[in-house]
Amino acid sequence: MNTRPDLLPGEGPDNPSRRQALKTGGLVVAFLWLGGGAKVLGRAGQPGRIEAGDPAFAPNAYIRVGAGGAVHLVMPSIEMGQGAYTGQATLLAEEMDLGLDQIVVEHAPANRRLYANPLVGEQATGGSTTIRYCWTTLRQAGAAARSLLVAAAAARWKVEPAQCTVTRGVIRHEASGRSAGYGEVAAAAARLPVPERVVEKDPGAFALIGKPLRRVDTAGKVDGSLPFGIDIRVPGMKVATVRACPTIGGKLLAVDDARARQVPGFVAIVKIDNAVAAIGEHFWAAKQALAALDIRWDHGPHASFSTEQLFKELADASRNGTPILAREVGNVDGVKGKAVEATYELPLLAHTTMEPLNTVVHVRPDGCEIWTGTQVPARAVDVAAKVTGLKPETIVVHNQYMGGGFGRRLFEDSIEQAVAFARQVDYPLKVVWTREEDLAQDRYRPAYHDRIAATLDAEGRPVAWRDRITSASVLAKFAPGAMGKNGLDSDAVEGAAELPYEVPNLKVEWVRHDLPEGLHPGWWRGVGPAHNVFVVEGFVDELAHAAGKDPVAYRRDLLQKNPRALGVLDLAASKAGWGAGTLPPRVGRGVALATPFGSYLCVIVEVEVSPQGGIALRRAVAAVDCGVVVNPNTVEAQIQGGLIFGWTAALYNGITIRNGAVEQSNFNDYRMMRINETPPIEVHIVDSKEVPGGIGETGTVMAFPSLINALFAATGVRLRKYPIDRSALVQGADALKAVVTEAFDEAATAVAKGAA
Amino acid sequence: MLILNINGERKSVDVPDDMPLLWVLRDVIGLTGTKFGCGIAQCGACTVHLDGLAVRSCVLPVSAVGDKAITTIEGVGASEVGRKVQQAWLAIEVVQCGYCQSGQIMSATALLAGTPAPSDAQIDAAMSGNICRCGTYVRIREAIKQAATGRKLVPQTIPNEAAAASSGTDAPGQAFLSVRQEDAA
Repeated sequence: MNTRPDLLPGEGPDNPSRRQALKTGGLVVAFLWLGGGAKVLGRAGQPGRIEAGDPAFAPNAYIRVGAGGAVHLVMPSIEMGQGAYTGQATLLAEEMDLGLDQIVVEHAPANRRLYANPLVGEQATGGSTTIRYCWTTLRQAGAAARSLLVAAAAARWKVEPAQCTVTRGVIRHEASGRSAGYGEVAAAAARLPVPERVVEKDPGAFALIGKPLRRVDTAGKVDGSLPFGIDIRVPGMKVATVRACPTIGGKLLAVDDARARQVPGFVAIVKIDNAVAAIGEHFWAAKQALAALDIRWDHGPHASFSTEQLFKELADASRNGTPILAREVGNVDGVKGKAVEATYELPLLAHTTMEPLNTVVHVRPDGCEIWTGTQVPARAVDVAAKVTGLKPETIVVHNQYMGGGFGRRLFEDSIEQAVAFARQVDYPLKVVWTREEDLAQDRYRPAYHDRIAATLDAEGRPVAWRDRITSASVLAKFAPGAMGKNGLDSDAVEGAAELPYEVPNLKVEWVRHDLPEGLHPGWWRGVGPAHNVFVVEGFVDELAHAAGKDPVAYRRDLLQKNPRALGVLDLAASKAGWGAGTLPPRVGRGVALATPFGSYLCVIVEVEVSPQGGIALRRAVAAVDCGVVVNPNTVEAQIQGGLIFGWTAALYNGITIRNGAVEQSNFNDYRMMRINETPPIEVHIVDSKEVPGGIGETGTVMAFPSLINALFAATGVRLRKYPIDRSALVQGADALKAVVTEAFDEAATAVAKGAA
Repeated sequence: MLILNINGERKSVDVPDDMPLLWVLRDVIGLTGTKFGCGIAQCGACTVHLDGLAVRSCVLPVSAVGDKAITTIEGVGASEVGRKVQQAWLAIEVVQCGYCQSGQIMSATALLAGTPAPSDAQIDAAMSGNICRCGTYVRIREAIKQAATGRKLVPQTIPNEAAAASSGTDAPGQAFLSVRQEDAA
């Protein structure tokens, strides 16, 4: 039994072997073993605690084996639908020779020292990084745990560890017929020195990795039993809902709650500088009471701000601002040939996670407990400490399953606000935002104004390429320390600076133009690439057209030195039947290719456009090379869902601001794609032994250009902004008249037949 | 005081007449499987059954329920159709974040209870009131067909008890995988 729950077993200054592991393990493993007083087990009631007493064996931050044999795995990333828990559990269980049915997954406590994601530099889940960073870390952790457990059994039996096998957590020594479960040797394993080197399984021996295993989190999601953050109920809890000043940067002046007091179940109102919350015995009372408040706002300095103004400012900054160089290859100046240029504009976007933002907070004089679903648990502690003045070690975050994240839950603003309300009352307070509040107070994907140009040689190939991107900076807000020395936001140019294509002369620049104070830019699924790949791939399509070349053939020609990209291009073209047969009028296919997050994707979309400009997606084919696949079922799901997420934005979305306030309010005016608009989506996965690439955001990246290019193929209309303007796709007036006349005649004939 | 018939049990609640059924279920009775998504019957996350028909509980005043039988996601598995839908949902892994799936399953079960062999158009019509932000629509369509027909036309997940890592050569997942591939072919 580990008697020092505040330390990792075998850890501390008295254990040089652990230090050695740190030195030999490289950067990623350093996070695993970094020692010295870590509270891996946490406080009572905190995730990470598995049974009465401490786990017998806890060799690292991820694995807890109880004396009874229960194996609990602590998930360093969070689960918001992307399948991270299943992927991470698979990596650990694979190396531990366990089945996924034998493990229990747990949310990690807030602890950036133990659970920081080295690719993000924070305890954060985002950027399609989970499998990329866990691939080695968690297999190392699992293999180390298994080697210790086997060594303990072998020592007991006085045999060689290499003579032992493990099946489903049972260690066997065939020659002597002895066997022991992990629980039986857990305590002994905890006393063994950690090996300096552990060998991961040979990929040929994988029993779980690569299989379409059922997710570990879904059984409780089909019968309503799995709680999300919004489902948390704490004894004595009241429920609040919020209205913050709808005007950017505005403040609360005064509130009259006389009418709210008449609402049955009303409890109280609480105020902060820019928002008011109505508290009720239940959400309905809170919502009714909030609606009954007479609120006076100070609308502040941006009360006349509009999106028209924003796009004008971005266009001005693009021409007159100071560009920061992101990447330069060769020299774009003086290159002769045919010039092509275009301007693309992208709107502000909201996340609209299905689960509205919510936080349960109980602030006591000696500490604070928070129940919420967050992509940044450690930051939740930071803001609670800041708001309450409590010491961080007295603040406990119980992270929860999330009803979607998409980047919204990378921001802790709603948690900070909930704590600021909850510290004013002495009971646990659940703060739930309405959908209207969600749309009005999002951390929006910033708007972009991109000017892109190329010079084509005699064969139509781009010999010079310029891209000047103008936008606000998400990175400067999220992680100022990660900004480049020259002030570059690497996210703003991701997907633009490094092209998959061969281009001899290239210059990519970024002009920073901040949003008004109080209008916060945020990460949005697909991040930098979702913005840039739309522009780059739309423009490559324009170049193909200018060169008089087929869009697939044009790309193939430029990918001769990029075999993995070429592979997905050819696979998608072949599966889609590109170039084969004739398509009906106003039906077109669009192709997009990109290499986001370490993966290679090509998507081909087929659309039909009605004479009135109505858009129907008929079919989509995706080819994906994301290296080694941990779970093909998850890869397919993420591509399908990611595409729909992006198409939704392209087809319908765009946050607009008038008089300083967001105009959209709910799903009636911020539309989502629905099942009847969804085409069949085929996903073809390349068999690969390369290191895993990211997958969760890649579909979204591909969605925009594949759709826009298909619309061009169907109509000849090149769209360079979204949400898509249907009026631009309306067929010529004469053609439209003919269609309407025909339909009218058909109807008249049918009526005449009916009458006869 | 109202008496509600929820999942076959009678519950008495003391709430305002105009309180939507959603909040009675979630915040008063504690059945939190039914979800809040929009509050204006646009997203379907709050879908429950009244006498077997799918309704949006976020806009249904509790006083309008009367003595109709309320079925929620917690109780839908008691019917054979509901159980088949839940099983199909898991077999092909429809779920991602899962927040909308209570409502999706309630809409799908109501569809199949009335239309045991729906066409694609009938599926689209019955399910178009349910938004899924994760974009699981392709699999929802497939799962409804699988629940309706029992035919496995798309790759199935491997139930976790059937898949076990082993340092030996015995890997039960393999056999299942080959079956899956035959099914898919």
